[in-house]
Amino acid sequence: MSPRNPTLDRVRWRCRRGMLELDLVLNAFLERDFATLDPRKVEALCALLERPDPELLDFVMGHQEPAEADERELVGLMRTVNTSIAA
Amino acid sequence: MAIAKRQFDAIVVGAGGSGMRAALELAEANLRVAVLSKVFPTRSHTVAAQGGVSASLGNDEPDNWHWHMYDTVKGSDYLGDQDAIEFMCRKAVEVVVELEHYGMPFDRLDNGKIYQRPFGGHTSNYGERPVKRACAAADRTGHAMLHTLYQRNVRAHTQFFVEWMALDLIRNSEGDVLGVVALEMETGEVMILQAKATLLATGGAGRIYAASTNAFINTGDGLGMAARAGIPLEDMEFWQFHPTGVAGAGVLITEGVRGEGGFLLNKNGERFMERYAPTVKDLASRDVVSRAMATEIKEGRGAGKDGDYILLKLDHLGAEVIDKRLPGIREIAKKFANVDPVTDPIPVVPTCHYQMGGIPTNYQGQVVVPDGRGGETTVRGLYAAGECSCVSVHGANRLGTNSLLDLLVFGKASGETIIADLEANSGSQQDLPKDAGDATLARLARLDSATSGETIARVGADLRRTMQLHCGVFRFPDGLAEGVRMMKDIALRSQRTFIKDKSRVFNTARVEALELDNLVETALSTMISADARKESRGAHDRSDHHERDDVNWLKHTLWFKEGNRLDYKPVKLKPLSVESFEPKARVY
Repeated sequence: MSPRNPTLDRVRWRCRRGMLELDLVLNAFLERDFATLDPRKVEALCALLERPDPELLDFVMGHQEPAEADERELVGLMRTVNTSIAA
Repeated sequence: MAIAKRQFDAIVVGAGGSGMRAALELAEANLRVAVLSKVFPTRSHTVAAQGGVSASLGNDEPDNWHWHMYDTVKGSDYLGDQDAIEFMCRKAVEVVVELEHYGMPFDRLDNGKIYQRPFGGHTSNYGERPVKRACAAADRTGHAMLHTLYQRNVRAHTQFFVEWMALDLIRNSEGDVLGVVALEMETGEVMILQAKATLLATGGAGRIYAASTNAFINTGDGLGMAARAGIPLEDMEFWQFHPTGVAGAGVLITEGVRGEGGFLLNKNGERFMERYAPTVKDLASRDVVSRAMATEIKEGRGAGKDGDYILLKLDHLGAEVIDKRLPGIREIAKKFANVDPVTDPIPVVPTCHYQMGGIPTNYQGQVVVPDGRGGETTVRGLYAAGECSCVSVHGANRLGTNSLLDLLVFGKASGETIIADLEANSGSQQDLPKDAGDATLARLARLDSATSGETIARVGADLRRTMQLHCGVFRFPDGLAEGVRMMKDIALRSQRTFIKDKSRVFNTARVEALELDNLVETALSTMISADARKESRGAHDRSDHHERDDVNWLKHTLWFKEGNRLDYKPVKLKPLSVESFEPKARVY
């Protein structure tokens, strides 16, 4: 078994949100992209997850942009996640 | 093995609207309060509530609590307890104004008063015409409410245990509840949190359905804890569905799509609503549309490789109309259904939204159980509020905006009752039973030692699919009978699961295994209660018993985990101070 990644474990839990839309997007994003993130991006992701749900939803749906560049890049990736059963 | 222990005056399990409203009451009375939450409080599912909170403030036009009460009783299809409904509607003004004074940023009228808008089912003068009763903070009412209550709790020194999951109640031989056994996710350690009063405020359990608007955290933890502790669950057959959620995702597609001219197709491309409602077709009421969709799927005309969804066509409206009149629909469809509705139909399915049943309580928030002599008695030390409770103010169906009201009124009431009960009973902690925590540790030990078995994901997926197919928005007798058999089998399978990851720190797999136990109790109680209720009432709709049957079924269901036993108790038709609203046909 591969060694555990304590940051991923923590981040995975923090992707459990109050809004279903965020559960779907964040979990799919994590599965697809977490392994490719460098430490700086992981730090930015942790900061992003501290945001309130409605704000995060606005980012993910493209209604708003985060001010910080790393966060903007992450949100860009999240927007390309496809959560549909038909995907 | 000895478990670490901490003591409090009161424990609140869950930090959504009702849990935080109760905690505030307790902390402001200088009690030592611990609030446990799986996620940071402001990320509770209350955050997803957009519509508003109802209160007959009468800010824009005449309104009064008795009209609100009439609407709620009628909406409940007469299954709601009228003492509790009177209590809630009378208290509504007080709790909303209180929230305003806490700093809740309600939308305002030009004169500075709270703005109010109309909402389905809310009327003036006993059903005469729509009334403006919903108070909102833009489309973020739930979010604003959580923030307001959280800030207020911090001010009152409420102690939050964030990323803690309560696992089981502790009861002594007298049946009194003395606290909970809980898991700290960061360490994976189990602790006993002892208290003179324990309030369950764990929210709904909509994750028992494959199609659900509920967030992943909504796994019925309080229901599972209550059921395992021998406490019955009330009216679990009643779940509110929305006709059009994105298949496989649950995200809602507004009914405005059909209002603008979108319509539903089966796999043959047939506009089937013409058969079910020849005049209004796709604009028939929610229940008629949901029933038709379920029938098409049941009879093999669903679309998709498993034939389990319906197609919502709107491409004929054209990109301009879709973008202008239905903002947001295109991006939702693209993101969650992978289709652009400008060219392709959206796969949709009736989607579970809200749980009317739950842990039986009176309107003071005390958990009540049968006393064995035809009446009922309170469980000392145990309280419940919010969606996990069944007061019952929503009866067989809930009115929009009454859910946030329920959180405020019964969160506050349960807090007040706990304060009074602690004052009346000397206030010392009782001795814990010697075996406190043993059953929980055994459950964890099984998970930690199992080296083979089915995965949590597989059993969970089977549970959700079974509930969706056999106990969804429209229920068929053969489907229910088969569903009972399947759910009993799934319950057995859930005891033979296995997790590969045996680590402790933030082990999501372990948490999901523990959540599955709670989903199983919720789903079993729902299926068995629904199979037994041989009528259609509110959200419980059966193909073989079309009508409400007040002679035989004007009563609350109680499901007990032990032996899957059912019992019934009468509906409280007598309000606190006014005349009863007698059951009538429910026509809008």
